[in-house]
Amino acid sequence: MEQNHEQEQQKIDFKLWKEIFKYTLPMKNQMILLAVLMVLVAVIDVVFTYMTKIAVDHFILKETLEGIKIFGIAYLVLIIALSASVFAFISVAGKIETGLTYAIRKEGFKRLQELSFSYYDNKAVGWLMARMTSDIVRLGEIISWGTVDLVWGSTKMVAIVAVMLYLNWKLALISLVVVPFLAITSLYFQKKILKEYRLVRKTNSKITGAFNEGITGAKTTKVLVREEKNLEDFSQLTSSMRGSSIKAAIFSSLFLPIVLAFGSIGTALALWFGGIAVETHGVSYGTLVAFISYTILFFEPIREMARVFAEFQSSHASAERVMSMINTEPEIKDTQKVILKYGDSFNPIKENWPEIQGNITFKNVSFHYNPEEPILSDFNLEIKAGETIALVGETGSGKSTIVNLACRFYEPTEGEIFIDGVEYRELSQLWLQSNLGYVLQSPHLFSGTIRENIRYGKLDASEVEIIRAAKLVNAHEFIMKLSNGYDTEVGDGGGLLSSGEKQLISFARAVLANPKIFVLDEATSSIDTETEQIIQKAIQKVLKGRTSFIVAHRLSTIRSADRILVIRKGKIEEMGNHNELMNKKGYYYRLYTNQFIEEEEQKVLKTK
Amino acid sequence: MAAIISIGIATLFSLVGPLIIRITIDSVIGQEELNAPILIANMIDKIGGVAFLRRNLWIPAVVLVSFTLLRGIFLFYKGKWSAEAAETVAKNMRDDVYDHLQHLSYQYHVNAEPGDLIQRCTSDVDTIRRFLAAQFVEIGSAIFMLVFSAYIMFSMDVKMTLISLALIPLIFGFSIVFFRKVKKAFKLMDEAEGSMSTTLQENLTGLRVVRAFGRQSYEVDKFEEKNSINRDLTYKLIRLFAWYWSVSDLICMFQTGMVLIAGIYWTSVGNITLGTMVVFLTYIGMLLWPIRQLGRVITDMGKAMVAIERIQEIMIQEKEIMEETGNQPPITGSLSFKNVEFQYEEGKTVLKNLTFDVKEGETLAILGATGAGKSTLVHLLTRLFDYQKGSIKIDGRELRTIDKKWIRRNVGLILQEPFLFAKTIKENIGLGKNEATEEEIYEVAKVASIHDVVTGFNQGYETLVGERGVSLSGGQKQRLAIARTLISDTPIIIFDDSLSAVDTETDASIRRALKERSSRATTIIISHRIATLAEADKIIVLEKGEVVQMGKHEELLKQPGLYKRIWDIQNSGEEEETKITIDKYAN
Repeated sequence: MEQNHEQEQQKIDFKLWKEIFKYTLPMKNQMILLAVLMVLVAVIDVVFTYMTKIAVDHFILKETLEGIKIFGIAYLVLIIALSASVFAFISVAGKIETGLTYAIRKEGFKRLQELSFSYYDNKAVGWLMARMTSDIVRLGEIISWGTVDLVWGSTKMVAIVAVMLYLNWKLALISLVVVPFLAITSLYFQKKILKEYRLVRKTNSKITGAFNEGITGAKTTKVLVREEKNLEDFSQLTSSMRGSSIKAAIFSSLFLPIVLAFGSIGTALALWFGGIAVETHGVSYGTLVAFISYTILFFEPIREMARVFAEFQSSHASAERVMSMINTEPEIKDTQKVILKYGDSFNPIKENWPEIQGNITFKNVSFHYNPEEPILSDFNLEIKAGETIALVGETGSGKSTIVNLACRFYEPTEGEIFIDGVEYRELSQLWLQSNLGYVLQSPHLFSGTIRENIRYGKLDASEVEIIRAAKLVNAHEFIMKLSNGYDTEVGDGGGLLSSGEKQLISFARAVLANPKIFVLDEATSSIDTETEQIIQKAIQKVLKGRTSFIVAHRLSTIRSADRILVIRKGKIEEMGNHNELMNKKGYYYRLYTNQFIEEEEQKVLKTK
Repeated sequence: MAAIISIGIATLFSLVGPLIIRITIDSVIGQEELNAPILIANMIDKIGGVAFLRRNLWIPAVVLVSFTLLRGIFLFYKGKWSAEAAETVAKNMRDDVYDHLQHLSYQYHVNAEPGDLIQRCTSDVDTIRRFLAAQFVEIGSAIFMLVFSAYIMFSMDVKMTLISLALIPLIFGFSIVFFRKVKKAFKLMDEAEGSMSTTLQENLTGLRVVRAFGRQSYEVDKFEEKNSINRDLTYKLIRLFAWYWSVSDLICMFQTGMVLIAGIYWTSVGNITLGTMVVFLTYIGMLLWPIRQLGRVITDMGKAMVAIERIQEIMIQEKEIMEETGNQPPITGSLSFKNVEFQYEEGKTVLKNLTFDVKEGETLAILGATGAGKSTLVHLLTRLFDYQKGSIKIDGRELRTIDKKWIRRNVGLILQEPFLFAKTIKENIGLGKNEATEEEIYEVAKVASIHDVVTGFNQGYETLVGERGVSLSGGQKQRLAIARTLISDTPIIIFDDSLSAVDTETDASIRRALKERSSRATTIIISHRIATLAEADKIIVLEKGEVVQMGKHEELLKQPGLYKRIWDIQNSGEEEETKITIDKYAN
């Protein structure tokens, strides 16, 4: 979505790359080793061709085989040395690539764990995934293999030029006339090619989107009889894909012939002037042969280096996106003082953590994402430890915001929130959140077994504790019915279990954590009546003795709350227990009766 | 085809270059006797013999450049034509698969796994395309290269050729063995990467859970583990490649060395010329790379075959025939069901013994529990499924004899969970009718009570919806779907619980607006709301696929049964309000 704005930048931002190269510091020795190896490989490459010259001048022209053994042994030593260095440089570059990718990824993941919810609000999971996977891989590749090609390429070119100049400087200058042209066209083409392929990729993702739509929307398509029109639209897309792919391919296939042509001009010049030189100035045959080989050899490094430069430029966007993610400061941060006392999110100092009671006070709290649209203003609420608060209201009324503020997923833009009488910004985030239980509307399970998922609530929980938690929420029974019991894999995101079962597991997980504050973002999804009743019972048990917030939809849950808050436009419109609010005959009364009808109706229609 | 020919020609030209160099070195610069094909010898003689060339060394140079240029031209065409061929094949394949998928039966799409299908349509097609565009060409040029160069080499010197080609089978074999082996390592690495992505994705989607349990450092450790496994496996793979390149470099260099040493020997003995040796060296250099690549290509070929198979699996599914009989009678909208029976699979009867009539312009309402067969019943009417027994007649004609396409054009079915396309609201409504005017779009939007919502958006009717657009509520989506169906002005309209997410008031106003429309279609409404059902000309109650009650609102109220029970519930809470609503619209 934003890629459009992230077109390639014309100049390379050195500060950015410096920052990325920072990650290679721990591997400094390997980087140096790699550079040395590449120089070695390049030099050996050049020496090989020189061997041909020796062969021609020494053996063939003199028509002697004297010293051929030494020559053969030298040759053998060279190829073994070359193979060994090839092995070494690929290994080292691989080490650097994987090490770098690993390090950046680690840093990125850690940062993601610290960033506040506000950061996630406007970023799709897919977007973040792409930063953490393909973008980082790209950086690792360009830095390791880019270095390989740059060092190898430049050394090789320097070495070739040096040898050529040494052999015959005039002939060298003549043969190398084409080099600048070659370098410029190479760079131009590589950039162009990369750009074209980017366009192809963009079109390709559109095609994927269209397939997605075509498949998930197939039923609608049938009903609307849109098959032909859809195909027409799709066909346009594939045609433009075809067009841009061919265009990209044309650029690539234009590139090689042009490089070859320039190359052959170099070779031809060497042949022409070299030939004359052989005739008139006593240049040796071997030199001529070496020159011809060198001119052919010269063009590969140029091509490679042009490619690396172009790739550096195009991976600029990746670098920028990754670094901006890593460099984002979390909005909600513990102060230095708090960290010193209680530790940070990764290294808590649990000895200093106070015991939590669960009293929560909102004092003159305001909150907004942008100042023009306040979500809460001057909100006051006092919750005693152990109280159950149900929040009722339309989507966007601000009831979720209240919960998010209480959990310190967001902080108030104005006003204060006290936990057990202490402003919560003077306490550590992890402390509060470790005392928090959270059951989501759509319960989120991690892939792994049921046991592992329940244990997430308390990492050192014993088997007995896990089963006790499961029994408490009545999940034990259904778990035992599964063929693998607690060892059943829940599958990606829990796809193999029904949503009711997933909820029960997430309740068990929450119970195991034994939190003092509990948040229940209740599901509206349809669950069969039997499971529904089990869940109801589980909820009652879980809420007991904890300060809890319920963003509720089920009447039974709401009804049993100690206090019900009707939130409208960031304000408390009605407050009281069920009976009080029913007598008021206000918003709650209407909502309740409507819901009541719907639930009863569902019962009749579902028990069939 | 043209691509293959140009590969051949380009390869041929690439082999000529070294020959020019050879002749120049040996005969022009050197004193060797001209040892070239007669044709070329004649040509050289005509322009003045070797001596002339010696004085004008620029001529061989120019010839060399022009041959390279010629080769370049063919190389270019090779690239262009093979790209054109591959891309055209890919385009056609994409179009075919897309079209085929659209024409597969409704049942197929109900059971399909979209993720898997999309995978087949995208990455499998791409595998085939890559095979055609790059690998196929590579195989071609490697073979041409081998054949041509072997031919030329043999014609120059048999012994040298044998030595030059001695290790080629070894290199080839080695790369095949290697790439087979590397496949496993690739798979392992892929899995590690997948598992790492899963951990990452679960962490990101489960953000709240992670934070609420304060599990950041646990998550960091978990990711760390996957991250390092991924690192180690990737490194292992690169390590394998390090072995491959170094060993195959060794073999290749050894091969070159053999040519060099043998060349030195025979040249100094006088068996071959210096130029010939240079040609051999150059050819060997040109041959080694494609041969090494060939191992990889051949291993990859397996992938392309699998991809073709996977696409075939889609293509062999039977398509729906949209225009079977060509029977496209005018439809006005009277329906008659007689002993209709339907089952998805043998023994599981979903509908049985359905008999009822609906007159043109009338409204039929259907009430029933989940799984009673309501949706199946209306799906039969659009021929998304075909009934097995009994008869359904539209305007007196048997439904099964009418073309599917024609039926669907004339029966507007609004699904409960409609799909919106990633287009603007205007385009989405316009889907129902080709070249709908703006006025028509506004009109149906007003009827569906969505006009005011849409004009409330910043970009109004140009607002994008669907995956990448604004997210609409369930009720708003349903209303858009209603508008989309209304615009096509079908003589029969079916609401398959498509007002379920719309609030009662809006529901009522939509029905009111529908009544006021000039062209009154035969309407079938599936709903749970008595208020919605009450005003129908005929109400049927379905239970386990059978009609258990049929009649008007007043009649059904007098009988015990589902209708009365629901009515009681809906009336109990909001007695006054519900009554008002019903009174208002019932008469």
